[in-house]
Amino acid sequence: MASPASTSEKPKLAVWKFASCDGCQLSLLDCEDELLAVADAVEIAYFPEATRAEVEGPYDLSLVEGSITTPHDAERIHKIRRESKYLVAIGACATAGGIQALRNFKNVNEFVALVYAHPEYIETLKVSTPISYHVFVDFELQGCPINKYQLLELISALLNDRRPNIPPHSVCVECKRRGTVCVMVANGTPCLGPVTHAGCGAICPAYQRGCYGCYGPKEAPNTAALADEFLRLGQDHAAIARFFRTFTANAEAFRKESVAHEHEV
Amino acid sequence: MSTKSNGTHSKTIKVNYLARVEGEGALYVKVRDDAVEEVKLKIFEPPRFFESFLRGRDFTEAPDITARICGICPIAYQMGASHAMEDACGVTVNGGIRDLRHLIYCGEWLESHALHVFMLHAPDFLGYQGAVEMAQDHPDIVKRGLELKKVGNEVMALLGGREVHPINPRVGGFYRAPTRRELDGLAERLAWGRDAALETLQFTATLDFPDFEQDYEFVALRHPDEYAILDGRLVSNRGLDVPLDEFLDHIYEEHVEHSTSLHAAMKARGPYMVGPMARYNLNFEQLTPLSQEAAHDVGLGPTCLNPYKSIMVRTVEMIHACDVALDLIDRYERPDPSYIEVTPRAGVGYGCTEAPRGICWHRYSIDDNGIILDARIIPPTSQNQKVMEQDLWHFVEKFMDLPEDDLQWKCEQGIRNYDPCISCSCHFLDLHLDRA
Ligand code: SF4
Repeated sequence: MASPASTSEKPKLAVWKFASCDGCQLSLLDCEDELLAVADAVEIAYFPEATRAEVEGPYDLSLVEGSITTPHDAERIHKIRRESKYLVAIGACATAGGIQALRNFKNVNEFVALVYAHPEYIETLKVSTPISYHVFVDFELQGCPINKYQLLELISALLNDRRPNIPPHSVCVECKRRGTVCVMVANGTPCLGPVTHAGCGAICPAYQRGCYGCYGPKEAPNTAALADEFLRLGQDHAAIARFFRTFTANAEAFRKESVAHEHEV
Repeated sequence: MSTKSNGTHSKTIKVNYLARVEGEGALYVKVRDDAVEEVKLKIFEPPRFFESFLRGRDFTEAPDITARICGICPIAYQMGASHAMEDACGVTVNGGIRDLRHLIYCGEWLESHALHVFMLHAPDFLGYQGAVEMAQDHPDIVKRGLELKKVGNEVMALLGGREVHPINPRVGGFYRAPTRRELDGLAERLAWGRDAALETLQFTATLDFPDFEQDYEFVALRHPDEYAILDGRLVSNRGLDVPLDEFLDHIYEEHVEHSTSLHAAMKARGPYMVGPMARYNLNFEQLTPLSQEAAHDVGLGPTCLNPYKSIMVRTVEMIHACDVALDLIDRYERPDPSYIEVTPRAGVGYGCTEAPRGICWHRYSIDDNGIILDARIIPPTSQNQKVMEQDLWHFVEKFMDLPEDDLQWKCEQGIRNYDPCISCSCHFLDLHLDRA
């Protein structure tokens, strides 16, 4: 199909996918009350999950979901960067390499051989890397999945050339605000809240569960102190390594902490 | 995307990036001398290797990790993985906890089906590129769709904590069970949802469907007492009737060159279909009376063999999901505790549930400490790939003379009939594409 040039004056929004589960871009479609208003304010120029229509770049705002895992994708992201005024990485895959970055800790050829009848067809990189590893990123929205209200705030901020209001503190702050009793203090449940970036609304503790870190590390997290606390609560090193090595395993602070405990096992 | 005629004798239909599907796929059809020569549903979703990195993880982590295979149907993965772990450890979850699982699953069906019916599929029938474009002329339909989707998401958010990758389900049940009072608010919404789904069915019945009935082997779960979602035996209309642990004896998975996702087929008979059409044709009598009646009223009998009509079947399932959810809420008693303690032991466990797109089968082996030794997952879309290609083949054969743009669009629609979740189907594979 031809890609017509834009006819509208509205800012152009594009949504791109790399290795991911589609959950972050789905968050945009999950804005049931706001979606049509968003579509009014911007021109949805490229969003294949939602529409067949394609409008040529350049784009005012590119949302990028997913991590880079193939040589082809490592090229493609540069083209997208060139076509985008603002480029925002959305979700743990795009900001930290995602769960698929677990390959970074193993020999990827072993992974491949394990599931392939014809490993020779496979083209994959040894590591899964975040978008910022390849190109300049204007903003990173953390979360697995991202919070849809933060996404809306981000879109509106960038299109109005202001700084998005995305607080950088820990999940603990959200718990306090919500009035949730600390699950670690009250029940001895290991919780990654103290080192995890806010944004989810501290859901897990409100459901009697410890935070499992799907929003990735907050700024300057004291992971070692928290890991000591986990040891006191009876967790072993293998379990602590797994805690830090799940949805944002490749984020620097979590990666270091998991490696430290892996070596203790 | 392009449709090209080379001289008078051959043409190719090529769609380089399929829109309105979840994930990355392409389409290639080649016709020569009025005969279809080649059909390929190409899938180039990058590899993510879930089965591989599940090895060495704790059995309690499998639901949250496998949820990340797919943001549209995380509950399917969480439930399949939980059931498999419970099976391995000799635990059965029943009563109020099972009811809550059923309820959250109804929410996922509603959210996923509403997304597909209104935003991904309906625009094809009405000739729009997407739902946003469609909203300009049909705002009421799109708004109703968004609201229905929201009702499904509200069920997910209350029971699961959030819509995408819920945090509340766990091996053994839920971290926290909702109170009666919390569920009451949902009931009102679901009652509205049921009416909206009924109206939607009337709307879908007015759409134009190509005359395209096919002969399929349908495979779905069957439960003795209910339209199976959570558990049951695997049955087909051609004689399959097996427990979960025998499924692999009857199917094979093939690594074909043009798709990054394995193709599944029945060893004895070849391609088979899973999903709403399979469930509907196999288990029609177990739909709630209201859903059956609504289907009858719009001329949809207990058998539906036209994949383009899957939009109606999904809508009937939305009515059913609201109906069942309302009933579950009506007789809800808060389970206490909200989960059964599951103690690991060495063994193999199986789990299979009806994801919105069809059966999603899991097998894990774990050791005495609950560490995962091996994982195998067969998602719905990889099972449907062969029938999708078969449909395209037959469709192009029959409608070759349609104007080319129209034919191409109908072919794309032929794929969207299956609501393919490519992210799911390629949770582990990738391959080098010949982009000639
Ligand atoms: S960050 Fe999580 S929710 Fe978002 S695409 Fe990646 S796996 Fe899916």
